[in-house]
Amino acid sequence: MMNTWIYARNLVVGLWIVFKRTFTKPVTVQYPEEQPYLPPRWRGRIVLTRDPDGEERCVACYLCSAACPVDCISLQAADNPEAHERRYPAFFRINFSRCIYCGMCEEACPTNAIQLIPDFEQSEYARRNLVYEKEDLLISGTGKYHDYNFYRMAGVRTRDKDKGQGEHELPPVDVKSLMP
Amino acid sequence: MIDWSHTALTIAVILGSCLTLAGMLIWVERRLLGMWQERYGPNRLGPGGCLQSLADMIKIFTKEDWIPPFADKAVFVITPAIVVITALMSFAVIPIAPNFVVADLNVGVLFFLAMSSLAAYSVIIGGWASNNKFAFLGSLRAIAQLLSYEVFMGVSLMGAVILAGSFKLSDIVNAQQHQWFVIPQFLGFLGFFMAGLAEAHRTPFDMPEAEAELVAGYHSEYSGMKFGMFFVGEYLSILLLSAMTVILFFGGWHGPWLPPVVWFGLKMFGFIALIILIRAAWPRYRFDQLLSFGWKVVMPLALINLLVTGGVVLWRAG
Amino acid sequence: MEILFYIAAAVTVLATLRVITHVHAVHALLYLVVALIALSLIFYLFGAQFAAALEIIIYGGAIMVLFIFVVMLLGPLAVEQERTWFSLSAWVGPSILALVLLGEVGYLIASGDHPTMAVAEPRQKAISIALYGPYIIGVELASMLLLPGLIGAYHLGRRLSSEARSC
Repeated sequence: MMNTWIYARNLVVGLWIVFKRTFTKPVTVQYPEEQPYLPPRWRGRIVLTRDPDGEERCVACYLCSAACPVDCISLQAADNPEAHERRYPAFFRINFSRCIYCGMCEEACPTNAIQLIPDFEQSEYARRNLVYEKEDLLISGTGKYHDYNFYRMAGVRTRDKDKGQGEHELPPVDVKSLMP
Repeated sequence: MIDWSHTALTIAVILGSCLTLAGMLIWVERRLLGMWQERYGPNRLGPGGCLQSLADMIKIFTKEDWIPPFADKAVFVITPAIVVITALMSFAVIPIAPNFVVADLNVGVLFFLAMSSLAAYSVIIGGWASNNKFAFLGSLRAIAQLLSYEVFMGVSLMGAVILAGSFKLSDIVNAQQHQWFVIPQFLGFLGFFMAGLAEAHRTPFDMPEAEAELVAGYHSEYSGMKFGMFFVGEYLSILLLSAMTVILFFGGWHGPWLPPVVWFGLKMFGFIALIILIRAAWPRYRFDQLLSFGWKVVMPLALINLLVTGGVVLWRAG
Repeated sequence: MEILFYIAAAVTVLATLRVITHVHAVHALLYLVVALIALSLIFYLFGAQFAAALEIIIYGGAIMVLFIFVVMLLGPLAVEQERTWFSLSAWVGPSILALVLLGEVGYLIASGDHPTMAVAEPRQKAISIALYGPYIIGVELASMLLLPGLIGAYHLGRRLSSEARSC
C-alpha cells in the first residue's frame, strides 16, 4: 500500500518537474544565425601556412603523414635547387572524409607548417570534394604562429645565414680549440 | 426528417478539421516535447514552424510505397485504411456543440466503444500481414493490451452513463451543466484516461511499437503513405481520446462567457497537452507490469466505482 | 431503407460464403468479421441499436480478435493442410443440409404472409428487466459456467515455481 502511494506520488512529481520546463528558456543555439564561440586552439580544418617572409613552411619531411592515425595525409617531396636548398611538397593531399581532427599532424610538424584552425563548416554534396589538394590547403598567412620561421631559428646553414647566425643562437663552439 | 444539407456541412467541417488538426498535432507534439526538453523543436518552416506537417506530408507522399514480397498483400494494404476509418467514424457521434454533431445516436457511447474495438484489427492484422518477427511480436503485445484495456474502458465510463441515465453523448454533456462528472467520477475518469492511453498506444503504454525493442512494432514494414496513415491514425485517436474525456467527464461544451465550440476546443487542447506531457515525462512500462497494473489495479477500481455509483444513484432514487 | 437492408444482407451472405470456401484461415476469419459487421448493420436497420453495438463490441471486437490471435500463430503450414482437407467429398454432407434449409426458406417465402420490415423501438431497458427479472436463473447459470472457465484458465496459466514470481 505504502509502495503504491510512493509510486503514484513519484509519477505526479515527475510530471510536475517536466511541466516546470515550460517556463525555462531552451538551451539550443540556433546555429546558422547564431554562431557558436570556438576557442583559438579548436581543432578544425587543416591548413598549410607560410613563413613571415611568404615562403612555404612545409619541408616535406613526411612526419605528419607518419603521425596520422587514419593515414589521410599524402604528399611527395621535391627539390628546387634554384629557388632554395630545402625540399618542398610537390603535392600535398588531405582526405577530409577520413580525417578525425586529432591534431597529431600539427604536433608532429617541426616547422609549424600544418595547423588546425577553428573552422568546421566543411559539408559537401559529393564525397570526393572532401579531398583537399595543396592549393586548397595552402594559405597566404602565418596561421597561429606569426613570427616563427624554422630556418631562422635552426642551427643549420642556409643561403641567407651561416651557422650561429640564427635568432637566439650562440656562435658555434670550436671543438679543435681548448679555450672556453 | 434528416436535414441533408446540414448533415453534409457538419460532416465536411468535422472531417476537414479532424484531418487538419491531426496533421497539425504532429507539429504541436514536436514543439511541446521540445519545450519540455529545453529545446525548440521544428521552428524553421513558416511562422514558428507550423508548416512542418505540410513538409512531412510532401515527403511521405513522394516516398516509395513498398510492399514487402513476403507480406500478405491484400491484408497488408487494407490495414492502414482501417486505422483512419475507425478513428474518423468515431468522430461521427462526438457532439462538439449543441446541434453540431453528425449523428447523435442513442447508443453513442457504445458506438465509440465498438469503433475502438474494431480499431484493434488494424494493429493485429497489420502486424500479422507484414510477416516480420518484430511486427508480429508488436501485434501480439497489442492484442493482449487492447483486449484488456477495452474492458476497463467500458467499465470505467459506465459510471458517467449511469449518472446521466443515457448512452447518448449529448445527454451526458447536458447532465453536466452544473457539475462536471470528474468530481463524482474521479476514479472512472482515471480509469478511462489510462485505458484510452493504452488504446491509442501512447506512452506509458506504447509497448506495441516500442522502438527500442521492436524496431517500430506492428508498422515496421510500412512505408510511404501507408505509414503516414498509421501516423495520422495515432493522432486521430489522441484527438478522439481527449474529445471523449471532455465529453464524458469535463462537461463537454459547457462553460461561461465563451461560445461552446471554443470551450470544447480549449478543454480538448488541455488534454492533448497532458497526453504529450505524459510522453515527455514518463517511462514506458514493462509488458507484464502493464497487464498486471490493468487487471489488478484499474479493473478493481473501475468495478468498485461502478458499484458505488450504481448504489448511490439507486439510493437517491429512493 | 429497404435497399440498405438488401445490400447489408447480400454482404453478409457473400462474406459468410467466403468464410466457408477460403483456404486461408486468417482471411476466412476476416471475412467473418465483415459478415458480423454487416449483420450488426441489419440489426441497426431494424431499430435494435443496442444489439447492433453489442454485436460489434463483443463478437467483432473481442471474440473474433481472440480467434484471429490463435489462428495467427498457426503459420503458413496450416494453409497447405487446409487445401488438402478441402476436397469435394467434404462438401456433400453440408450441401445437402444447407439445401434442406434453403427449401424451408423458399417454402416460407412462397407461402406468403411474411411480415414486412418493421422498425422496432430501442428495447434495451426491456431486455435488462427481463434478464434480471424472470430470467435471472439463466443469467446466474451463465455466470456459474463462466466461473469454472476462469478458474480453469488460472489453473493452467499459474506459475509452478514460486521464486520466479515477480512483483
